[in-house]
Amino acid sequence: MISFQNIHKQYGRVKVLNGVDLGLSGGGVHTILGPNGSGKTTLIKILLGMVIPQKGEVVIDSKIVNGKWEYRNDIDYLPQIARFPDNLSVSELIKMIIHLRKKSNRSEELIRLFKLEPFLDQKLGNLSGGTRQKVNLVLAFMFDSRIIILDEPTTGLDPVAVVHLKELIRKERLKGKIILVTTHIMSFVEEMADQIIFLLEGKIYFKGTNEELRAKNNSKNLEHAIATLLEVNHA
Amino acid sequence: MLNILRYSFFDLMRSRWSYFYFVFYLALGFALLFLNNSLPKAIITLMNLIVVLTPLIGTVFGVMYFYNSREFTELLLAQPIKRSTIFMGQYLGIAGSLSLSLVLGLGIPFLAYGVMLSGEITNFIFLLIDGALLTFIFVALAFILSLYNENRIKGFGYAILIWLFFAVIYDGLFLIFLLVFENYPLDKFSLAATMLNPIDLSRILVLLKLDISALLGYTGAVFQQFFGTAMGLFLSTFMLVLWCVLPVGIILRVCKKKDF
Repeated sequence: MISFQNIHKQYGRVKVLNGVDLGLSGGGVHTILGPNGSGKTTLIKILLGMVIPQKGEVVIDSKIVNGKWEYRNDIDYLPQIARFPDNLSVSELIKMIIHLRKKSNRSEELIRLFKLEPFLDQKLGNLSGGTRQKVNLVLAFMFDSRIIILDEPTTGLDPVAVVHLKELIRKERLKGKIILVTTHIMSFVEEMADQIIFLLEGKIYFKGTNEELRAKNNSKNLEHAIATLLEVNHA
Repeated sequence: MLNILRYSFFDLMRSRWSYFYFVFYLALGFALLFLNNSLPKAIITLMNLIVVLTPLIGTVFGVMYFYNSREFTELLLAQPIKRSTIFMGQYLGIAGSLSLSLVLGLGIPFLAYGVMLSGEITNFIFLLIDGALLTFIFVALAFILSLYNENRIKGFGYAILIWLFFAVIYDGLFLIFLLVFENYPLDKFSLAATMLNPIDLSRILVLLKLDISALLGYTGAVFQQFFGTAMGLFLSTFMLVLWCVLPVGIILRVCKKKDF
């Protein structure tokens, strides 16, 4: 159980999150949607402790985790932009993270899945964006943590890798994990999401299932429903 | 923390810049020994270079490394590691590798020249410790500046400025002050002013150790007169260590509040 309680965050004068209250209970894929700059990544980074909110608390399993670090043992995270130290090789990076986490891992299986074997000895700075994202995915899925956070996971991936990614997410969902995903790809949401959270101007505008969202906005498909939601609230 | 220290350290040791720095000191050491052909003289020349150069390299490298390893830092922040551990590991990694380049780069030529057998060995070791302390101080200052400035260009600018301030401007202001207020007793003021500049402090530390009163200058002379050589040595070392500890404390405080 993860809950955000009255989270406020502003960068300088720009208010990004404006009193976010959100509870994520039970396993499943929770997708966070919202236009660019609506605060999706900030919310995720607050959960991870990378961004410090001005106000509010993050509670995991009825423990406040702000300012703590041990709880991150239970979290796997895929950052939005795959940026790594340029002069490490792929295998060195993976070894380093394994060394730091000291948990059992399945890196080899994932390396095979995403066909990364030819790149293992290459420097990360020389990899293409898509390959880097695959390395990113290996790092995010190699530990068996309870909570998985994926920030725009499909960015730069070829269709084959996207299929593998969805497969991976489905498997993890079956294990009862909490999977938190931000994305702009509606087909991905329609296919994968158990719950949709719509974030707009730093507030939660909708939380519920795909069907509920469509019913609420009288729309045939998700894209329309989101568009209606945006128009109603922006007009 | 040891893990992060190790990664930062080896990451740096593999980079060209560490080699460059090492080779530079190696060349400098050999050149000085050749030109002076005497250990004490080489050590004095070296001191004059070290008190200016190590702070410069420390600040520039510190800022550069901090900005360049931003990806690495972000990667680590999402792992179950304490923030202070991450930043301390990186700080010690860079300050340690720079100090190692200094110690090895200068140590090799001086060892080859036979410093071990001469009476200058303690002076030489003192000089190296002094250089290492300056490195730790200025890398810490560089880290603080980079933590406060998202913008690399600004961070670099401030880093150069802080070096320039302590290496050049500070002494200029100090001299002007001494001239303007020459009719007043200035012993205590100059003592305090020296303590507040790590570069001056380390210069005096080495000169006290070398026991060359002719080179001490006004502040050094006051220092020696006021505290005596032994106490002066102890006090200046203590102040230099304090100059290390305080910025590190600031790093720890600032890094807890920063967003990534």
